[in-house]
Amino acid sequence: MSDTTAQSGKPKERAWYEPDAKLSRRHAADRRLRIYGVAAIVFALSMLATLVGTIAITAAPAVTQTMVTLEVEVPEGAVDPSDPRGGSYQKILNSAVARIFPEVDAPREQRELRQLFSNGGQYALRDKVVSEPSLIGQTFEISFPLSDIGDQLHKGVIDRDLPREQRRVSDEQIAWYDRLVAQDRISAPLNFGLIFNADSRFPELAGLWGALVGSFYALLICFLVSFPVGISAAVYLEEFAPKNRLTDLIEVNINNLAAVPSIVFGLLGLAVFLNFFGMPRSAPIVGGLVLSLMTLPTIIIATRAALKAVPPSIREAAIGVGASKMQTVGHHVLPLAMPGILTGTIIGLAQALGETAPLLLIGMNAFITAAPDSMFNPSTALPTQIYIWADSPERGFTSRTSAAIIVLLGFLVCMNAIAIYMRKRFERRW
Amino acid sequence: MTTLDTTEPSGMIMTKTADNTGTLAKAATAARAGEHETKISAAGVSVFYGEKQALFDVTIDIPARQVMAFIGPSGCGKSTFLRCINRMNDTIDICSVKGRIEIDGADIYDPKIDPVLLRARVGMVFQKPNPFPKSIYDNIAYGPRIHGVAKAGSAMDEIVETSLQRAGLWNEVKDRLHEPGTGLSGGQQQRLCIARAIAVNPDVILMDEPCSALDPIATAKVEELIDELRTRYTIVIVTHSMQQAARVSQKAAFFHLGNLIEVDETDRMFTNPTDQRTQDYITGRFG
Amino acid sequence: MSVSLLFAIIMALALVGYLLGRANASALKSSGNTLHSIPPYHGYYVALWCGLPAFVLVLIWQAAQSSVIDQLLIASLPAHLTEGVSAARISLVLGEIKNVAAGRLFGTPEPAVLAAAERYASMQSTASLALVVCTLAVAVAGIAFARARLAPDFRARNNVDNILRWLLIICSVLAVLTTLGIILSLVIESLAFFSRVPVLEFLFGMNWSPQTPIRADQVASTGAFGAVPVFWGTIFISAIAMFVALPVGLFSAIYLVEYADKRIRSIVKPLLEILAGIPTIVYGFFAVLTVAPFIREFGLSLGLDVASNSALAAGGVMGIMIIPFISSFSDDAISAVPQSMRDGAYALGATKAETIRQVLLPAALPGIVGGVLLAVSRAIGETMIVVMAAGLTATLTANPLEGVTTVTVQIVTLLIGDTEFDSPKTLAAFGLGLVLFISTLALNIVALQVVKRYRERYE
Repeated sequence: MSDTTAQSGKPKERAWYEPDAKLSRRHAADRRLRIYGVAAIVFALSMLATLVGTIAITAAPAVTQTMVTLEVEVPEGAVDPSDPRGGSYQKILNSAVARIFPEVDAPREQRELRQLFSNGGQYALRDKVVSEPSLIGQTFEISFPLSDIGDQLHKGVIDRDLPREQRRVSDEQIAWYDRLVAQDRISAPLNFGLIFNADSRFPELAGLWGALVGSFYALLICFLVSFPVGISAAVYLEEFAPKNRLTDLIEVNINNLAAVPSIVFGLLGLAVFLNFFGMPRSAPIVGGLVLSLMTLPTIIIATRAALKAVPPSIREAAIGVGASKMQTVGHHVLPLAMPGILTGTIIGLAQALGETAPLLLIGMNAFITAAPDSMFNPSTALPTQIYIWADSPERGFTSRTSAAIIVLLGFLVCMNAIAIYMRKRFERRW
Repeated sequence: MTTLDTTEPSGMIMTKTADNTGTLAKAATAARAGEHETKISAAGVSVFYGEKQALFDVTIDIPARQVMAFIGPSGCGKSTFLRCINRMNDTIDICSVKGRIEIDGADIYDPKIDPVLLRARVGMVFQKPNPFPKSIYDNIAYGPRIHGVAKAGSAMDEIVETSLQRAGLWNEVKDRLHEPGTGLSGGQQQRLCIARAIAVNPDVILMDEPCSALDPIATAKVEELIDELRTRYTIVIVTHSMQQAARVSQKAAFFHLGNLIEVDETDRMFTNPTDQRTQDYITGRFG
Repeated sequence: MSVSLLFAIIMALALVGYLLGRANASALKSSGNTLHSIPPYHGYYVALWCGLPAFVLVLIWQAAQSSVIDQLLIASLPAHLTEGVSAARISLVLGEIKNVAAGRLFGTPEPAVLAAAERYASMQSTASLALVVCTLAVAVAGIAFARARLAPDFRARNNVDNILRWLLIICSVLAVLTTLGIILSLVIESLAFFSRVPVLEFLFGMNWSPQTPIRADQVASTGAFGAVPVFWGTIFISAIAMFVALPVGLFSAIYLVEYADKRIRSIVKPLLEILAGIPTIVYGFFAVLTVAPFIREFGLSLGLDVASNSALAAGGVMGIMIIPFISSFSDDAISAVPQSMRDGAYALGATKAETIRQVLLPAALPGIVGGVLLAVSRAIGETMIVVMAAGLTATLTANPLEGVTTVTVQIVTLLIGDTEFDSPKTLAAFGLGLVLFISTLALNIVALQVVKRYRERYE
């Protein structure tokens, strides 16, 4: 060591390569910055995990629906065979319940007992009888959902070991439920109602079908409007437009439009489509139009990027063989840019599917118990349905809301996966 | 990433050639030892980029307070070797260096050596001038500040002035020290970068084609500066230009396809090269 | 007849037009003429002339029909139903008439309404019939006109190109029309609002309680429209969001660009971007379900009183949503700093941290600032998280554990449910919307400028 110092010709107290306290402080600062970075990423990712995790866990109870099976007797006189819809099915069900619990006779107790069963039982019975009128006068088995509290009792959401004051079911209700279990009348099949039922006030009957249909119509309109218009606008701006103040204005305008808060589009829809043009409130057509205005900038920007990526040599080659500008674009440039355009469009539609605020303003958060027949009928959409359920006080809606979110996220994951697949599959390097 | 393994890579014809030339080069330097002490001494240096080997078993001694020019056709490994001397290759993930490089007898690839300290002692100037987007003053003061050589104030002012004077830039910029360094002309920017390197008081300055982005007049100024600097610093310069090598360097090393072919006094190499390939390159038959 | 069927008929007619035009041109050609354009272009020309005007007619008709019929209906109503009555009352009467016409009877409507309902039904059917007739006439006229112009030297291709070019122009102008529509609708409704509530009171008033009295003699709530507490709540929650998002986003970007190896980067970066793809309604539910109760419990365990809709919960969750914005903008900005800057600093013996702090971050600052401004604009305009997790009452507080309300929350609350376009309560939402639009627009313009300048610097 000492001879190297001598060699360097510059006498120093310490060889140049020996670290000192200052250096270790500098390296400590470096490690700190690295730790901050790791901590930031861990924080962000753990939040993502918490979000997905808690929603998946809360959604889990909604995967199954607790059903009860009863023997029902439909007496000859109770239902008119010529008008089977008009029968008083609740009464028939009540007597079926009474056969299992003959000792329950006080009106207050009977009310408590009925709270275990879903209000939808009578409709399930009615639909069965309407589809099979021969059942009138017979005794047969029918399955229908337990009520919200029955469902939660079955799934253990309600802790039966809690003292009476802290739980939402009475001791009698628990005993009755246990008797149903003992008689093997309770089952918990997969909850198809969540997808195929329309909305309802009762969590055990509520489903997403109306919202899914509404969202489908809205996205269809959104696609039909924003896809052709977006591509046309992008083609004009990228391939034809002269560079002047007007096209500059259009360009700045499109970039800013992409960053306008979504709720402002809702205000536009309310003022223009509903108020000025008098279009129907809560209808998917209005929702679709508002969403298409929001998606338009996304599609225009994606299309322009895709068009830019097509090398000029392709255009020159087409022009060179005598094609017009329009033919060049239509026959060569657009087809080559199409994968990029479609990718951008799918991503834009995925954003539109999750958009909530503008749909609230045009009334797509209405309580509607049937799927819309057409895009002019009032309807909800997937995100607004989530909003309605999240706002509902019934406990059963918490897990249904989470389940609906999982459905929404599932659609988004699929759409984005398709977009990523297309990008990878058709990615072309010139 | 970096191994200290000095054992020779074996079994390849290429290695054999490299070995021969290595020995040859060493012999040539040894013959004229004594005029200048050895500052940097490399033995069996090989560089790999992932699977690809870019430098084969280079052995060379670089004398103190002289200008050593690395010449050769592009892609011959001269810049790669230059970047080994201050371990700039460490910043490239896939790059690994084998062999031994000593500065003043200390192995710079020893794990105990901190590249931060090494680079304070071995400055570097790049192909394209790269002043930071800061004022001229802050560009120079950056190095002394991070190394804690001087805090702000008169001590720092002095370092800035001395460095700019040594880089021959003081008179041109002394009135606008607080304007951005990016506003200078290309030649001035490059001299600013040299001043920035000088400010941390290095022993060695590495220059990677410092004039390739400059016009002839700016080039002349930088070359003049290099000539002045060699009284204080050991300078290693990579250059494409034979004329530049002839003008500024006392010794020259010729690289070809990742091998060090020949090391000699610049005059001698240009008039009387030992190796056929060197001759072909100098006379312009390739490269 | 449904609109989609009408569109199908127009398409069919256009196809017929195409075939006719092409056949015409082919006939010209086989009789020995030299055509300027190939026959299909003659076909396209006829098809465009057939389809386009008819298509536009249907759109305009659909847009205008209901309001025209409403006007006619109101004009035909007997005086006692319309004169000296508020607009809200008239729209109620209109609604009743339409219900009656659709067969939904509630009680016994008065005879004038019954008569009007009949008129309404007949006007509806007349209008539908007229639409079909007019559309078909226009389509056929288009075919006739276009066919008359076909000739051997007719420049069909140039004409088709021109028509298409105009279509493209119209489409790109539509984006401008959207902005115009936003501005007009916000400004017009806001003007109506400001005619009732003075602008200065709205912008600088300290008291916000938009519930207007239901009965005229009611004293309790008179409706106050001083929006300062609402603006404050918006700024406060956005600030909390940025407080979370800025360090997390920036540090993760620094780590990903400068420290992480390729493999980690290729995993973490898309994961962070997932955060940007999650719909905000999901974040809102997450805030209500998990974050707000957690903060509340945590506060209680420290003996603090935390509102269930605390600004901290809403702002914090919004911050999580914004992390990917900050991180991807910072990532782009830091990556765009040329490698030579890093080389320069490392060659002087700087450590990574010194290089980042003193060279890379100052150089990337404009890009980062642009991204932060866009993120702020995003936070201000964010709706669903605050609608679900923030409060409804406008409080002027700097305590993050209390609830505050925001501009977007107020817009949604004021407009949700049945809205009459008449009360100051509804119009106030448009006033707030105008403020929101202007402030986010200003932020966006500045941000885009900053980012653009920054890009130019290194290109």
